[in-house]
Amino acid sequence: MSATQNLVLAGIDGSALTGAVCDYAAWIAQKVDAPLKLLHTIDHHPEHADHTDITGNIGVDSRDHLMDELTQLEQQRSKLRLQQGKQLLQAARERVMQAGILDPITNQRHGSLVESLIELENDLRVLVIGVRGKVHENQPDKIGAKLESIIRSLHKPILVVNAEFKAPERIMLAYDGSQAAEKALDMVATSPLYKGLVCHLVCVSQDEGKGQLLEVAANKLQLAGGIEVIAKKLVGKPELVLSEYQEQKGIDMTVMGAFGHGRIRDWLLGSFTVKMLTHSRIPLLLLR
Amino acid sequence: MLFLSKKHDWLGNIRGDVLAGTVVALALIPEAIAFSIIAGVDPKVGLYASFCIAVMTAFVGGRPGMISAATGAMALLMVTLVKDHGLQYLLAATLLTGVLQIIAGYLKLGSLMSFVSRSVVTGFVNALAILIFMAQLPELTNVTWHVYAMTVGGLAIIYLFPYLPVVGKTLPSPLICIIALTVIAVYLKLDIRTVGDMGQLPDTLPVFLWPEVPLTLETLKIILPYSLPLAVVGLLESMMTATIVDDLTDTASDKNRECKGQGLANIGAGLLGGMAGCAMIGQSIINIKSGGRGRLSTLCAGVFLLIMVVFLDKWLSMIPMAALVAVMIMVSIGTFSWRSILNLKQHPMSTNIVMIATVVVVVWTHNLAMGVFVGVLLASLFFANKISHFMYVDSKLNEDGNTRTYKVVGQVFFNSADKFVNSFDFKEAVDKVVIDLKRAHFWDISSVSALDKVVIKLRREGADVELIGMNEATTTIIDRFAIHDNPEEIEKIMGGH
Repeated sequence: MSATQNLVLAGIDGSALTGAVCDYAAWIAQKVDAPLKLLHTIDHHPEHADHTDITGNIGVDSRDHLMDELTQLEQQRSKLRLQQGKQLLQAARERVMQAGILDPITNQRHGSLVESLIELENDLRVLVIGVRGKVHENQPDKIGAKLESIIRSLHKPILVVNAEFKAPERIMLAYDGSQAAEKALDMVATSPLYKGLVCHLVCVSQDEGKGQLLEVAANKLQLAGGIEVIAKKLVGKPELVLSEYQEQKGIDMTVMGAFGHGRIRDWLLGSFTVKMLTHSRIPLLLLR
Repeated sequence: MLFLSKKHDWLGNIRGDVLAGTVVALALIPEAIAFSIIAGVDPKVGLYASFCIAVMTAFVGGRPGMISAATGAMALLMVTLVKDHGLQYLLAATLLTGVLQIIAGYLKLGSLMSFVSRSVVTGFVNALAILIFMAQLPELTNVTWHVYAMTVGGLAIIYLFPYLPVVGKTLPSPLICIIALTVIAVYLKLDIRTVGDMGQLPDTLPVFLWPEVPLTLETLKIILPYSLPLAVVGLLESMMTATIVDDLTDTASDKNRECKGQGLANIGAGLLGGMAGCAMIGQSIINIKSGGRGRLSTLCAGVFLLIMVVFLDKWLSMIPMAALVAVMIMVSIGTFSWRSILNLKQHPMSTNIVMIATVVVVVWTHNLAMGVFVGVLLASLFFANKISHFMYVDSKLNEDGNTRTYKVVGQVFFNSADKFVNSFDFKEAVDKVVIDLKRAHFWDISSVSALDKVVIKLRREGADVELIGMNEATTTIIDRFAIHDNPEEIEKIMGGH
């Protein structure tokens, strides 16, 4: 393997959002001209037992028999899931090929998604993933159980998909002057992904000083070229004001820095990123 | 680190863990009583120990789902200590055992388990099974026919009850065996020994107490010879059981944390008036079989055990010993690796000798540590012997007949050093000898001095000797220890001739 492959990675699990995830991944891969990889993980849950026999006795070679029994059970189940995963990957592959990707890579791994992603992180340019997986498929007010730990473990951009695909034309960059926001700004300025798009640079704050910062930021973005910048300062509760603004202006993707604060502060006050993930109705590109 | 655990280790399998914990608690009660009797202490000592060890390892152990409690392997090691010095010294020895195990955990001795080969493990479990069975024999000698009848009946219930429709799979058969035999004995007013005859049962929750022994060097001298093998056997059985649970559940465990956890649990047991314990192979298998996977199963086993024991002490004392013997025979049958007997035919002789030697030494000394020591030693010797077969020396004379090239292939060490020397022909008259070591590896001082001997001997026959193709490790050891290029040292040897 080469040192870095600069992959656009799409996490596939067969939930309702899988199709949209494929479409967005294909869109990014085409815009930044990077290879696309479709990943399916088979998560085993060895901490949970399906097999119970409470007769409480042990006889001749009980251990060997138990071992055989458990192995057989798990083999059958794993085979089935391998097969399902292959079909999912095949469907996803066809979908992105139709979208114009020439040769998408497919990959199937055992273990939890977080683990696999950490292993693949070096080869990663951007991860595309659905806001919730199979478990919470029918609960539109919930975000996936593993989403936060995935976002926290990776240090690469992550596009969280929560609706059907619509090629983004107007994006909104949430800016608050923090380090994470500055970094996000730099990334937007330099990446080929955002060329030709309209970027609403939005800052939600009571603080007058932030207005100046916003102007500086807007100029910086303008200088990078290829992006039409509209700067706007708003007042109110960030997650609500931002979604209101997003609806007014017909914005179709939010870009923001993620988890800028420590875990403890987030735990006490609630994380802004989590709030955005829960409230937003358009895809969220989190820059780390 | 010791108290951290993942959420799914506790809550990933709540229903299965609580159910399995209950089944295990029921199975632990007769075992704890039986092992107390083996050690020669009141049943309450084993029961308190089982409660404390199970609960503590649930939190601090390194292998979720493994059951630790008072065990037969440990009980057998404390018999003479209890007989000669009494319970208080046993409690002190238990504390010291815990301390030693924690030290072993910090020294990462858990990794030494890699020296214990599969055949030694098989020998260990077989010996353990035999010892548990033998420990039941006193209950079966000089007794009336009622006892035999009840034991056989009990075994029949244990193994046949699960085949009954509907109820068979919903109630643990050892429990049915105990209840049925107790009812029969009470109803028929049989005059046979019961658990109540064997000593005091717990009637309260355990209380914290410091062992009443003088804190002197004298005390240490008494307990250390017991604590040391207790610590070793405890860790050995725990590591083996952890590996078994790892295999069954296809998950990994933290062996060094398990060492420390066992140590802490034993310190706790010593302070609550319990005997030393360790992980239990049979109970852990029962736990996994009953659907236990997480730490909750171990905690439930300990807590339910104490609740049942404290509230049912009147009933417990009525259990006939025959019922206990039946349960323990089941444990012994379940622990023994019957497949290993069939495997004797297919496995290589050296493997069989290691396994059988381990069993024989344990049954002879009643000390599992001795058996494992002998087994590991034998296995290492057999290995050294096998590796030395893979050392050979090829040689070739060049066309003009003046230079002989020896090509050494394989591992040269103490066991193959003589063979190495004997592969050279010192009687052959040649001008030059080349020794090609490209595919050889020199491991120790013995091999280097063998090389010295060959080089010097060849030189004394008048040949020029050249060594070529040494690999890095060989070069290092030869540079440090070889003398054939050091004139002073050669003088010392040659001067004698």
